[in-house]
Amino acid sequence: MFEGIIKKNLKQCFFLLFFSSSAIALAEEPSVPVSEKKFNAGELIMHHIGDAHDWHILDIGEHPVSLPLPVIIYSSERGLDIFLSSSFHHGEKTYKGYKLEHNHIVAVNETGEMEAAEAKTNEELTASLWDFSITKNVFALFFSIALILWIFLSAAKKYKTNPGEAPRGLQSAIEPLIVFVRDDIAKSAIGKHKYEKFMPFLLTVFFFILINNLLGLIPIIPGGANLTGNIAVTLTLAIITFLITTFIGNKHYWRHVFAMPGVPMAVLIILTPIEILGVFLKPFVLMIRLFANITAGHIIALSFFSLIFIFGEMHPAAGLGASVLSIAFTVFMGLLELLVAFLQAYVFTLLSAMYFGMATEEAHH
Amino acid sequence: MELVKPAIGLMFWMLVSFGIILFILKKFAWKPILSALKSREESIQKALDDASSARLEMANFKNESERIINQAKIERDNIIKEARDAKDSIVSEAKTKAKEEAEKIMRAARESINNEKMAAITELKNQVAGLSITIAEKIIKEELSSGEKHKTLIHTFLDEVKLN
Repeated sequence: MFEGIIKKNLKQCFFLLFFSSSAIALAEEPSVPVSEKKFNAGELIMHHIGDAHDWHILDIGEHPVSLPLPVIIYSSERGLDIFLSSSFHHGEKTYKGYKLEHNHIVAVNETGEMEAAEAKTNEELTASLWDFSITKNVFALFFSIALILWIFLSAAKKYKTNPGEAPRGLQSAIEPLIVFVRDDIAKSAIGKHKYEKFMPFLLTVFFFILINNLLGLIPIIPGGANLTGNIAVTLTLAIITFLITTFIGNKHYWRHVFAMPGVPMAVLIILTPIEILGVFLKPFVLMIRLFANITAGHIIALSFFSLIFIFGEMHPAAGLGASVLSIAFTVFMGLLELLVAFLQAYVFTLLSAMYFGMATEEAHH
Repeated sequence: MELVKPAIGLMFWMLVSFGIILFILKKFAWKPILSALKSREESIQKALDDASSARLEMANFKNESERIINQAKIERDNIIKEARDAKDSIVSEAKTKAKEEAEKIMRAARESINNEKMAAITELKNQVAGLSITIAEKIIKEELSSGEKHKTLIHTFLDEVKLN
């Protein structure tokens, strides 16, 4: 249902794309005859929660409207290639020896432009590809970062221009959250004397997750990407937490990992491997929790929505009837997701803070 | 499986972007915001402390003023009492003095009366003695021949006079 074609004349507007979200390519003519396609809820959901090389916005009749995104691909054999994803014509055509397969770029043997179905995949070359494309999630990431910078830099400016005054506007919206992170997360988990050096990371992680969770709930561009429900993003965040914990860990922390004091040798043989596993398990759990919670929320909301079309295919009246129920459930899920958005940001930040607290705790025997 | 396979490109962009915002926010947002929050909290705490210390000072001041007023009252009472005492003592002193003076005058008067009396007695005695002598002369002139008898008689007279 997301197939279609993008007009050729909006090619390689790489820079335009970065500074304007109005670079929307309109498809004019479907190249393949539109067959009677069955609605596939799984495909719709997986498409939504996954990543893509263009940002699908809506379909007008059979014409999909989507925002083409830059493809940046490198292989040692072919070098660096940068072009707009609209060159692939929604996966219908190959371009510079690449084609789209289930939203993934694969290398083909033929370097000319041709029908994707006829091109033969070059497995060996595909395996060695480095895909640094500005995908839907990367675009959402950039947007959220611009938003975060705008929010907090303008708030910080207010603190500088009106020192000692009561907070106003944006300031009073973010101040309770900053105080919450400081007092209820950092101070309580790390301790009054050492929390200060972790504040920048904890605040950045908290607001990064919170704002991206909230953006993910907005169904239209530039929201709606499943960024914090993407394993690459949660993995990166978890790796940063892991690295900080590992580098700041003091003697006391490592002794507890490798040789828990006051434990007999025989028990240590069992305990130490578990503790070492725990060092890696902690960030792993962080990664899985955020990823699973946010992705699950998106899946449930979309499932309720898909019910409308599943019933609608049976009979239009059934779809209409289901829509009332579906919308009620989706609204409920949306409200629940608002809570989850905050909760997951809180949990990730709190657990990171607790790991830092454990790593910097001094011996007190 | 597609979902749980991290894409290297997204990880790369995520690491770069997160590093950039962490750096920028740390320098230009978190530092000024946190220090502003801290200084505001400190100033609120200071204002509260000041208010409570001012309240304490006010109470102290009130106590002090009450103490001063009480002291002044006591002092006033003392002064009045002292004045009354002084008046009383002056009056009584004056009375005593007057009495003493009166007594002195009386004593002097009595003494001088006594003296006059004694002088008068002496005078009387002298005159009596004179008279006696005169009488004796006359008696002697008339009865000188009687010798011893007369002498005894004179002596008897003289003794009688002395005894007086």
